[in-house]
Amino acid sequence: MHDMPAHAHVAHHAPPTSFIRKYIFSLDHKVIGKQYYGLAFVAVLVGMFLSWLMRIHLGWTNAAIPGLHFLSSNGAPGNIMTPEYYLQLMTMHATIMVFFVLTTAPFAAFGNYFLPIQVGAEDMPFPRFNMMSFWITFAGFLALVASFFVGDGPTLGGWTQYAPLSAVGSVAGPGEGMGVVLWATSIALFCVGQLLGSLNFITTTLDMRTKGMSLWRLPLSTWSWFITSCMGLTAFAVLMPACILLILDHVAGTSFFVPSNLVINDQLQPHSGGSTLLWQHLFWFFGHPEVYIAIVPGMGIVSHVLIANMRRPMLSHRTLIYSFGALAVLSYMVYGHHMFVSGMNPVSSLAFSFPTLIITIPSTIIVLIWLGSLYGAKLRINAASLFALGFISMFISGGVSGFFLAQPSLDIMLHATYFVVGHFHMVMGVAAMFGIFAGTHFWFPKMFGRMMNETLGKLHFWLTFVGTYCIFMPFHYLGMAGNVRRYQAFAPDFMQRFIPVHKFMTVAALLTGASQLIFVYNLIHSRFWGKPAPENPWEATSLEWSTPSSPPPFDNFGGELPVVYHDPYQYGVEGSTGDYVMQTSPERIQTAHDEA
Amino acid sequence: MATTVHEPPRIEEIRNPSRLTSDSGNGGWRNLIPADGDLRAVQDYAPPPASTGIWVALAAISMSFAALTSALVVRKGGAMDWRHFTLPSILYLNTLVLLASSVTLEISRRRVATFMGGLKSEVASPARWLYLTLSLGLLFVAGQYVAWRQLSTQGLYLSTNPASSFFYVFTAAHALHVLGGLGGLVRVVHKLNQLVLRRSTLDATSRYWHFMDVLWVYLLLLLWLKL
Repeated sequence: MHDMPAHAHVAHHAPPTSFIRKYIFSLDHKVIGKQYYGLAFVAVLVGMFLSWLMRIHLGWTNAAIPGLHFLSSNGAPGNIMTPEYYLQLMTMHATIMVFFVLTTAPFAAFGNYFLPIQVGAEDMPFPRFNMMSFWITFAGFLALVASFFVGDGPTLGGWTQYAPLSAVGSVAGPGEGMGVVLWATSIALFCVGQLLGSLNFITTTLDMRTKGMSLWRLPLSTWSWFITSCMGLTAFAVLMPACILLILDHVAGTSFFVPSNLVINDQLQPHSGGSTLLWQHLFWFFGHPEVYIAIVPGMGIVSHVLIANMRRPMLSHRTLIYSFGALAVLSYMVYGHHMFVSGMNPVSSLAFSFPTLIITIPSTIIVLIWLGSLYGAKLRINAASLFALGFISMFISGGVSGFFLAQPSLDIMLHATYFVVGHFHMVMGVAAMFGIFAGTHFWFPKMFGRMMNETLGKLHFWLTFVGTYCIFMPFHYLGMAGNVRRYQAFAPDFMQRFIPVHKFMTVAALLTGASQLIFVYNLIHSRFWGKPAPENPWEATSLEWSTPSSPPPFDNFGGELPVVYHDPYQYGVEGSTGDYVMQTSPERIQTAHDEA
Repeated sequence: MATTVHEPPRIEEIRNPSRLTSDSGNGGWRNLIPADGDLRAVQDYAPPPASTGIWVALAAISMSFAALTSALVVRKGGAMDWRHFTLPSILYLNTLVLLASSVTLEISRRRVATFMGGLKSEVASPARWLYLTLSLGLLFVAGQYVAWRQLSTQGLYLSTNPASSFFYVFTAAHALHVLGGLGGLVRVVHKLNQLVLRRSTLDATSRYWHFMDVLWVYLLLLLWLKL
């Protein structure tokens, strides 16, 4: 049908034949994407289980949790959680969720699977790096989980690992020796894995696009992965050396982060002259872009899903992309807002507060484009579009509290309270999870050739949507009332009266967690016994729906790369296939939306 | 919004059609479809992924060293315990060795290009200068090792003082990257001997190598100024 130069037909590597090359050390971006999804799936179950343990402890402090001593005999003698063990579980919950779920699933998993297909390539340009990227990330996960079983357990320093307590060894508490070394090793490995992944994502987007696929013709999901990988490239490249310096403070006796004359537990520390703020600067220079690394892929996925279900493009394709880019650039200028109470110069606080307020502008533009595009649209209601709506709801609810936290004068009061915890759980945690669910329901037919059960999907959505609001909205009120975060029990009088609210949130967390079993069942059942998926179940236009089969063949397009003639979202036009025109369709159309 | 009739976009000028080996990606932004829709008129040129990828990788490496530099500046600024020391003089010799290796690599790159361009008879053994570059690279790493030995005989170890800590961290991180570059050069020699070397692989490897050069000169200046 199309004339293609001979070498365009050549796949970069031959299809594998052995089991190990096909499913374990595979070079195929689709298998690697599924491996990342599997890793995130295991990680989210572990992370959620840890949150249950913490919430039970917060609601019913000093209640025995049957079997807990199997996890740690020191951390839970008589099945009762020690205060230190609560902090260890909290650190592990956050680290696992931020790195191995919120970064891994929407970015590495879906990005690996769909970015090459959406640009019209047969694979990433450096498939070996891609394979290494997954296995190094996996090794990082093993190192982190291993800390549960080594010495006195995992680190208790929080996912931010603030120095100097994170850098002085086990004198600072259980897990602060070997636990921190394993934590830093795990994160350094994770950084290497994601740097290799970002290298592939950026190069694929720039160099591997098929004929006719100009940058503006890339779908919004591809744009979001591309912008995220640019952030990942610079952010992870800073965190990795920071982790190495932290490890050196532990194992080589250096003093990068430990100041002079530091006495911990009545012991004078042998270090001298280190800067505790240095760690915070290095960490948050990574840490704030990381927030956007977690959420921007979700924004892209949600936009992609919504457009297919609204049957019309977003109000402005390009403004959305510019706004994603603005988020990425600004994310590096705002990191100091995590350090308003660190003792930083107040002028610096002002300098960081201003861009933090500015960053609400692209965020607001993105939300207004979503809402404006949805206004009057005849949205097809299915599990994917419901989760996309849920994403927007969570992003707005969680984002609005950011206005308060962006101002140093208010942040001094709200810092380290449940208000902050509620803010980031909604805007980054739950919103990104909803993005993952939306992507899963939307792309499952392509990834596995079968449909997910819609009724179960909708039930899962409503239970999760209502449940997460029940869990995280009260966090804000508790924070404003002065409930401090990272306390394992609420002994001071003024916090005693919060305990009933904590009990309510614990019950909500357990029920919401249990309702995730519906998703697990739906995923596994549909994988094997789901209804076979039609070629293009959502009547969508982008290239992943042009592959000859579901899942796509090894080289994605069956030996002949597609040619792109249209913008990614030609909906609401008269086409031979209905109200939409595929990107690969050579037919000439009359449209109000073509911007290329 | 005005209604427009969609026309396929115009083809853009092909900037660099002469490639020694055909190792392009799939398409790329320069490769749009001509207005008459004749796909045969489209030359399938896109920048080879290796030449884009190397810049992406160098950007990440630059960020890492920038982070370490800022750590040095912050750590030195707030410290009372910073003890200055004189850099081992062999570092200057090492610098010359590394600079020389860039020159030999550039010579070999040209000779390999001539060789791959079909003029095989004119270049008898194109890998000879690559071997020389490899040797100089190894000599540099060995020289860095000698510098560490000299410091340790003065009693300056990794944990002795923040100045020596940063010296070891910077030089070790750079040496590891140089070793990675040596691995890349070995790969280039191997591919050249198998006659499967792509021009883009050679170019990317030499860009990386030259970057290690520039990075080292920067680090030497930084260490000389700050330590």
